[in-house]
Amino acid sequence: MARIRTTVDGLVYEDDVEPRMLLVQYLRERLGKTGTVIGCDTSNCGACTVHLDGMSVKSCSVLAVQANGAEVLTIEGLERDGQLHPMQQAFHDNHALQCGYCTPGMIMQSIDLLGENPDPSEHEIREGIEGNLCRCTGYQNIVRAVQDAASKMKPGAAPTAEAGAKQTVAGGGA
Amino acid sequence: MTTTENASTPAPEIGRDRRRKEDRRLITGRTRWTDNQALTGLLHIAIVRSPFAHATIKGIDTSTAKQVPGVVAVYTAADIGADQVQLPCAWPITKDMKAPQRPALAGSRVNFAGEGVAVVVARSAAIAKDAAEQVEVDYEELEPVLDMEEAIKDGATLVHPEIGTNENAQWVFDSGEAGSGGSVAEALQKAESADDQIVVRRRFRQQRLVPVFMEPRSTVVDPNAEQLTMWSSTQVPHILKTMLALTLGLPEHKIRVIAPDVGGGFGGKIAVAPEEVVTLLVAQKTGKPVKWTETRSESLLTAHHGRDQIQDLTMSVTKDGQITGLDVKLLADMGAYLGLVGPGVPILGAFMFNAIYKIPAYRFDCTNVFTTKTLTDAYRGAGRPEATFGIERMMDEVALELGMEPMEFRQKNWIKHEEFPYTTVSTLTYDTGNYEAATEQALQMFDYDGLRREQQERRQRGDVKQLGIGISTFTEMCGLAPSRVLGSLDYGAGGWETASIRMQPTGKAEVVVGVSPHGQGHETAFSQIVADQLGVPFEDVEILHGDTQSSYKGLDTYGSRSLAVGGIAVVKAAEKVIEKAKPIAAHMLEASEGDLEFSGGKFTVKGTDKGVGIQDIALAVFAAHDYPEGIEPDIDAHATFDPENFSFPHGTHLCAVEVDTETGFVQLYKYVCVDDVGNVINPLIVEGQVHGGLAQGIAQALFEEAAYDDQGTLLSGTLVDYTLPTAADLISFDTANTTTASTTNPLGVKGVGEAGTIASTPAVVNSVLDAIRHLGVSDIDMPTTPYRVWTAIQSASGHAGRADEADVASPGAGLGSTASDISKGDTQGGHL
Repeated sequence: MARIRTTVDGLVYEDDVEPRMLLVQYLRERLGKTGTVIGCDTSNCGACTVHLDGMSVKSCSVLAVQANGAEVLTIEGLERDGQLHPMQQAFHDNHALQCGYCTPGMIMQSIDLLGENPDPSEHEIREGIEGNLCRCTGYQNIVRAVQDAASKMKPGAAPTAEAGAKQTVAGGGA
Repeated sequence: MTTTENASTPAPEIGRDRRRKEDRRLITGRTRWTDNQALTGLLHIAIVRSPFAHATIKGIDTSTAKQVPGVVAVYTAADIGADQVQLPCAWPITKDMKAPQRPALAGSRVNFAGEGVAVVVARSAAIAKDAAEQVEVDYEELEPVLDMEEAIKDGATLVHPEIGTNENAQWVFDSGEAGSGGSVAEALQKAESADDQIVVRRRFRQQRLVPVFMEPRSTVVDPNAEQLTMWSSTQVPHILKTMLALTLGLPEHKIRVIAPDVGGGFGGKIAVAPEEVVTLLVAQKTGKPVKWTETRSESLLTAHHGRDQIQDLTMSVTKDGQITGLDVKLLADMGAYLGLVGPGVPILGAFMFNAIYKIPAYRFDCTNVFTTKTLTDAYRGAGRPEATFGIERMMDEVALELGMEPMEFRQKNWIKHEEFPYTTVSTLTYDTGNYEAATEQALQMFDYDGLRREQQERRQRGDVKQLGIGISTFTEMCGLAPSRVLGSLDYGAGGWETASIRMQPTGKAEVVVGVSPHGQGHETAFSQIVADQLGVPFEDVEILHGDTQSSYKGLDTYGSRSLAVGGIAVVKAAEKVIEKAKPIAAHMLEASEGDLEFSGGKFTVKGTDKGVGIQDIALAVFAAHDYPEGIEPDIDAHATFDPENFSFPHGTHLCAVEVDTETGFVQLYKYVCVDDVGNVINPLIVEGQVHGGLAQGIAQALFEEAAYDDQGTLLSGTLVDYTLPTAADLISFDTANTTTASTTNPLGVKGVGEAGTIASTPAVVNSVLDAIRHLGVSDIDMPTTPYRVWTAIQSASGHAGRADEADVASPGAGLGSTASDISKGDTQGGHL
C-alpha cells in the first residue's frame, strides 16, 4: 500500500492505495466519483478523461500514486454555484450527446483542447478529440458544441471559463 | 372567442427542437450506470473464458484460485447448474429449426473462443480477475468451424455433433408461391434466352461487425429482498424479466429488472446474456449481492456480433433498364449458438431486398449456419442494412452492365409517389413515400452534376486522388411490429407497446412507458407528445421507464419502434385521460358532456367562456369531494397499442470520396442525405440519430471488421484492432428531411433510429468503386481499408495503379464516365 494525498474537485483526500491501482479506479471505487467512467482497457476510448494539474489525461493510463500531490478535476467538479461550465452548456445546447457515456471524457478533453487552442478550426477540433470515441453522435454535434463553447469562452466572453473555475477549486470550493 | 383561444393556446411542442431533458445528469456526471451500483457486501465476479474456439473440457482445477486472499468462491458450470441452463432463442424461424443447447457456462465443450467455463467470486473485481488467471482448465482441442460454405458441406466438422448438422434452418420466400409476383426461376430462364434482357450475378460479403456500445455490459443482482432485483445494462428489461422466469423456473412476480442509465445498445444489448444468468446464479448461491462488469476486450469477444453474410444476387433486367427478376441466396453466420432473435435477423432482410423497386418476380433463400465464432444477433438495422447493401450495390452493378447512369436506373424502377399505398413483391404494403422528392433535394444539395464534372476533370488530369460518387436510395421497415405479422413469422412474442399516464394532485403528469432508451431521448420526445395531447407544460411531464416494477409491461426498444409504436401508446393513453376527465369536467362546469370541447389543456363549454383545465381536474379527483355518481374519482389511464402495419422511412444518400490511388486511402469528401422519416417530433433528435447512424454505416464500409484467424481466435479483440471511427475519420454531413406522413399511426411518424446505418454503407462502397473502376477494379470487400483498395488497384489487370494510365473511354470504364445531367430529367443520357 502507498499513501497518497490528492485534491479532487476541490477536496483534499488522503488514502492508502495499492501501487497498481489506476487513477480511474481510485476515483470510482474509493471516492465514489462515478461520473468518470471506464469504456475500454487499452486507453483508446477516452471515456475516463480527467484533468491532472490542468492537463487532460486518460485516468485509466495514470496510476493513483502518480496523482499524489496533484490536483484532479473531474466532470463532477465543473459546475460552479449551480452554473454549468460553458462546455457542459454547449454540449446540451448543441445536442452533442445521446447515451452520454463518452460525454464526461469528451467534455474534459474539449476543455483541454480550448486551453491549448482557444479558436480551433473544425479540422483542429476533430484532431483534438481524436482520442475520445463516441458511438452515438457521429461527432458532428460535438464539433459544433466545441465551436460554440469556443466562441463563448473567448477572453471576456464568459466569466465561467475554466481559468476562473480553477481558482475556485484552489480556494477549496467543492 | 377564436382570437382569445389562439392567444391562450401554447405553441405546439411537436416539431420543436427542444433541448433534451435527460442531458443534465449526463453532462454533470450524476449518472446511474449499472456499474455505479455499490451495495453493501457486494461481491464481484470474473468469468474464466476459453482461449480455444472448439474444445472438450477435460477438467478444471480451481484449488489455486480458491487460495487467493479475498476470493469467496470459484464455481464451475456444474457447481451452479449453469451448464443445464438453456438460454432462450425467441425466434424459431422454421418448425424444424435446429437449436443447440446454449448454456450459461460451458460444461463439457466450448464452442467459441471466449465462452465461459467457470466463475470466480471475490471481494473486489481486481481480486476476481487475478484469481481467474489461476483457474487451470484442461482442454482437448477440436477442429474449429470457421467457413460457412465449408461448414455446410458433407463431412464437415460439426460445431454441435448432437444436432447432426451445421445448418440452423433454411428460410425461403418465393413470390410465385406466395402469389405476390411471378416465379423468379421462370423470369431468369426467360431473360437468359431473350435478346432484350441481361442477367447479372454478383456475390457480396457482409463482414462481421461488433456493435460496440460505449458502456460495457454490467449486471448487478441483489437476492436479499422479497423480490430478486437485477440491474442490467440492457435494451430489454421486460423481455429479460420474463425470459429469466421461463429459463430458470423462477416466479416472474419475484423478479424485478432495472435498466438504469444505459450507455448505448445498437441492438447489442438485446439479449438474455449468459453473464446475466451467471450473476443471478452466483447471487442465489452466495446469498449476497453480486456484480459483473465486463472489460472492453471481454465485450468485443463475447457480446454478440452482427451482420456476417455471404450474399449471392442474381438480377434479370431488360436492356432498357426494367428489372424483371431478383434472386437472393444468403448464407448467414449464426456463430456458435442462437441468440435471442439471432436466426430471425437475416429473415428481416427478406422483406427489404426488393427495397423501393417494383420487382415482378422475387425469391429469397437464406440458410443460417453454425460456426465456432461468437454468436451473431441484432445490430443496428438487423437484416435491413444487409439487404439494402445487397440491392444498392446490385443496382450500381446492373446499371454499369447496362451502361446506364445509376440514378437513372433506380428512377426507372422505383415506386412513383402517386403509386402509394403500394404492395410489394415481398407482401408488405408501403403506406406513403416520395422517392422523387427526396432524390431531387439530395441531388441539388450534393451538386451532383458539379461533382460529376469534377470527377471527369480529375480523370482527365490523371490526378492521384480520384473522385468517386455513390448512391443509395433506400427504405426500411420500422416500428416493429404488428403482433399478427410477428406471429406469422413464428416470433415468440407480440409487437405491441404500452403507456400509462398518472395525473398527480398538482397537475403534473407521470408517464410510464414500456420502451426504454439508451441514448434516444425518449424523455424529451415523449414529453413533447404528452404536452400537446394533454395541453400541459413540457416541464410538467415526467417519463418513467426501464424499471419493471414501475413500468410493468412493455416489449422494449429495438427496430425503430419506440416512437412509431411506443409513442402511439402514449397518445392513446392521453386520449383515455381526456375521455375519463370529460364527465368530471361536465360535472364541474354544470354542463352536458356533449357541449364540451377539449383544447389546449382545457375543457370549455362551446359558445361560452366557461372552462376547466385538465390539471385542475386532476386536483379535483384527488380531493374527490365532488364528482359525478357512478364513475371512479380517477383520470389515470393505461393503453396498449398494437400497430397494424410497419412504417417505411426512406431516403436518398449521396456520398463522394477521394481515393488516393497511390496509397489506397479513402477520404470522405461530401455526404448528403435527405431522409423521409414521416412527421418529426424533435428535429434536433432526428438529426442526431441520422448523424450517428451514418457514422456506423460508414464505419462498416471503411473501417470495421471482426476478423478471426484460422484457429478461430478473434483478431480484433481490442479497440486497438477493432477500429471505430474517430472524429478525425469523419466529416460533417449535410442532412435534410422531406416529409410524407405515415398513414398507419395518428402521429404520422415513421422512425429514424436505424436509417443512417442502413442507407450509408452501400453509398460509400459504391463511391469507392466509382473512383477506381476505371483502373480495372470491380469489387472490394468491406471494410475498404487502404490496404485492400491499394491491393485492388495493384492487381487490377493491366494497370500498375497509376491513374494517368487509366483507360477512361472504354465501355464499362466506370459509372463516372457515364455522367448525365439527370437532375434536369435527362433520362436519355448516361450512355457512353
